[in-house]
Amino acid sequence: MIEIRHFTGGYGSKVILNDIDLDVNRGEFVGIIGPNGSGKTTLVRAIVRLLRTFGGTIRFEGKDIRQMGFKELAKRVAVVSQNPPVMAMTVKEYVLLGRVPHYGKLQLFETEADIRIAERSMMLTDTLAFKNRYISETSGGEIQLALIARALTQEPALLILDEPTAHLDITHQVSVLDLIRRLNRELGLTVLIVLHDLNLASEYCDRIVLMDGGRIRKTGRPEEVLNYKDIEEVYRTVVVVEKNPLSLKPFVLIVPEEVKKRCER
Amino acid sequence: MLLAVAFLLAAGLYALSSGSAGIPLGKIVPIFREGRGSPEFTILLEIRLPRILLGFAIGGALSLAGVILQGMFRNPLVEPYTLGISGGAALGAALCIVSGINRLFPDFAMPLFGFLGAFVVILPLYLTNIRRGSLNTDGLLLTGVMISFISSSLVTLILALSRSEHLQSIVFWIMGSLEEPSWALILIVAFVSLLCLALSYLFSLDMNALSLGEEEAAHLGIDVERTKKVLFLLAAALTGISVSVAGIIGFVGLVVPHFTRMIAGYDHRTLLILSFITGAGFLIFCDTLARTIISPVELPVGVITGILGGSLFVYALGKRLRAGQTGVS
Repeated sequence: MIEIRHFTGGYGSKVILNDIDLDVNRGEFVGIIGPNGSGKTTLVRAIVRLLRTFGGTIRFEGKDIRQMGFKELAKRVAVVSQNPPVMAMTVKEYVLLGRVPHYGKLQLFETEADIRIAERSMMLTDTLAFKNRYISETSGGEIQLALIARALTQEPALLILDEPTAHLDITHQVSVLDLIRRLNRELGLTVLIVLHDLNLASEYCDRIVLMDGGRIRKTGRPEEVLNYKDIEEVYRTVVVVEKNPLSLKPFVLIVPEEVKKRCER
Repeated sequence: MLLAVAFLLAAGLYALSSGSAGIPLGKIVPIFREGRGSPEFTILLEIRLPRILLGFAIGGALSLAGVILQGMFRNPLVEPYTLGISGGAALGAALCIVSGINRLFPDFAMPLFGFLGAFVVILPLYLTNIRRGSLNTDGLLLTGVMISFISSSLVTLILALSRSEHLQSIVFWIMGSLEEPSWALILIVAFVSLLCLALSYLFSLDMNALSLGEEEAAHLGIDVERTKKVLFLLAAALTGISVSVAGIIGFVGLVVPHFTRMIAGYDHRTLLILSFITGAGFLIFCDTLARTIISPVELPVGVITGILGGSLFVYALGKRLRAGQTGVS
């Protein structure tokens, strides 16, 4: 679905991503991890044409994205970014904005069909119950669900999420990621997700991309990428990698300085 | 929406009926039916109606420009004059008066110079803030404010150096007035502002998306750069033409959009039309007050819009703070 070849890009004249090679296949659930400033968000932005290209190509469904219009891309790729919509807009009105890329050239108002699609994505995301509430009156978890509902309303083939679980408690982290996983399995939605939490990435992703300093350090299944050697080198901190006894996925534990000193002695 | 239309009609009728020669509302229809000849007919058709039409066009244009700019900058304090366009127009008009050109072509020289002044400002404003095809909105705002300062300093310089008869006409021009002798000019302004309303309406959904932020709008398939350029040019044209014909009538472009936003919410599909209508009604109403309040002396309409608009703004802001909302609604 996405083929990135030797892509180098950034903002202005600053290079941020360096020689990126990455494939994401249809129906995959791919996670991007890496330290702050390693280029995770930038990589995601590159895919939706928000970056300057210095070299290489990014293809989406076989087509160079630079040859695609924003509108064409928005019909196939939906992005849930970290910018919260703080506005006097109801959840339903916000979700309906997801139909905008599908509108005709002079179309300004939604049709019955558009409303049905929006209602359906609100049903899938359990947001129908508070659809008439203003965004400013919803909780962090509810906003995240509304963002996903809007993205689904675009009827994308690829869903990109940038840290959808930041600022959420574990209940909401799990429910949001369970939802995304269901959408991936049941609707065949391809998912590319930036995650800070290594353990969430391990539990949910088919494949993990580990980034460091604007380059891809390693790509593979969670058990291939999440080993103490790579993680310690990239994150420059001591970790212990165990196995989750139920899911058998790798589990990364941190080690505080005091404990480290005690062990060294 | 109905309320706004009603307000506009009421303001129009009030404006028709009041003035130094009071004409009761009930008599307006008979006077028009009788047709030409009566002095009342002349007053209505040749003095009051043109003013009302100009008030409609300029009030609408200014508040439309305000809505567009507030939406584009995502900043409720931006108004048409923030960008320095009015300053440029004022400078143009001041030069026109001092050089005496306004006496050579009495009808068109001032608007023309005003428009040229506005245009001279728009061009560097636009060009200095465009990098690789992308319009930098923050830079636009800052440059605009600086240009405002520069041009108002230059106007002050001209004022300081000019003779007293010039002084008065410059000051009066800057304060703004809806007195405009040329029908042709009035029709041009009305046409341009309605055209800009229609054009901006085509971008109402883009503006809705833009209110989520530029990046979010891009995610929704909006060509953000193109939209910003079109919106900027529309707002500039609206402001330029208003200022060059009517001078600097303040506050309409700040208060009316803010107010309608509070009442109508975020949706530009209603907001654009609503602001236009409300702005038109507001300016007609203010102008009538300006004409009649200490009649026969006429106050500059900018005084009324400033006082009325400013008080409304403070009231609205206070109410909103109490409701606990901030930022662009």
